[in-house]
Amino acid sequence: MNINSMIKVGMGDLKACKSPEVLTTLGLGSCVGVALYDPVTKVSGLLHCMLPDSKQFKNASNVAKYADTGLVELVNQMEKLGANKTRLVAKIAGGAQMFSTNTNNENLKVGQRNVMAVKMKLSEMRIKLLAEDTGLNFGRTVEFYSETGKYKIKAVGKPEKLI
Amino acid sequence: MSKINLEELSDMQFDILKEIGNIGAGNATTALAKMLQMKMDMSVPKVALLPFKDISQLIGSEDQIVVGILLDMGGEINGMMMFLFDTKSAHHLVNKLMMQEDVVDDYATDFTEMEMSAISEIGNIVSGSYLTALASLTNLKVQASVPSLTVDMIGALMSVPASEFGKYGDKLLLIQSQFGEEGYVNGYFMLIPELESYDKILSALGM
Repeated sequence: MNINSMIKVGMGDLKACKSPEVLTTLGLGSCVGVALYDPVTKVSGLLHCMLPDSKQFKNASNVAKYADTGLVELVNQMEKLGANKTRLVAKIAGGAQMFSTNTNNENLKVGQRNVMAVKMKLSEMRIKLLAEDTGLNFGRTVEFYSETGKYKIKAVGKPEKLI
Repeated sequence: MSKINLEELSDMQFDILKEIGNIGAGNATTALAKMLQMKMDMSVPKVALLPFKDISQLIGSEDQIVVGILLDMGGEINGMMMFLFDTKSAHHLVNKLMMQEDVVDDYATDFTEMEMSAISEIGNIVSGSYLTALASLTNLKVQASVPSLTVDMIGALMSVPASEFGKYGDKLLLIQSQFGEEGYVNGYFMLIPELESYDKILSALGM
């Protein structure tokens, strides 16, 4: 697959596509990359959310920044491309703790909180979580193949993983 | 509630923040040059207000591998400070400090434990001089945490300050300075105060 034909999803962003397009996001750290997939129509979506919960913040204008509002918007966009909400399944990656410090800065644990928030929202929306590669202390680059529903995960100094 | 509006910073405010980058990074670069007994230059600092999706591109592509040192700032100025070196620069710095020969494969992403702690120490000294300059300039107390070091993709490292700033808006305001010696060492300082701390810094300087 040529890199140029991949659809890039930036930090705090989301994209939906149809088969055979590929969605990618580079260098996920504490953020979580949520891939949603309709196995029948092969409509796929990728959300790169940075924070767990939009309700904690007043000016939550960019919905893709948060796990909760981001998932709702991603499902909306996928439905417009022909996905059926009841068939959607999810695979997630990211949510690492990039720096280990002894400080009490809660923000450094944001990765963990992001993963928890994504899982809660998925179960609330009745979307089944099929696989995950989350946590630990390293960054991940992910590629989601709408043709196969496979989620490829690359990390520095580690073998590629396909979930 | 903070007085500063990220979207409406005046030229004057930008200039003052740039000057902080200048003085802070100037001190830090001098400290580093002295420690390593080598010449080192610094570029004019950039004060940038960037959408999250563009911050990694300030340095390179999101998946470029770098060495990142992060410190938490506390006291009267809160926020984060970050140094980034490309892996090649980190090897050069560490070899110089430990009086080791440069090896051919200097793009390697693995460092020995000894080398890692040497890099952390560089981070400690350099950040100390940056923050001392910032503190004496503003007359505000600044404490820094023990530096924490990670070798990974830029995008992954930048997600840490980005999610901190994500609470306030969709953009990140940072004071960035580039330092080094051409072709040998190339690194970046990033001072990322919290929004309220920007207020304090600017008002301490008479804005």
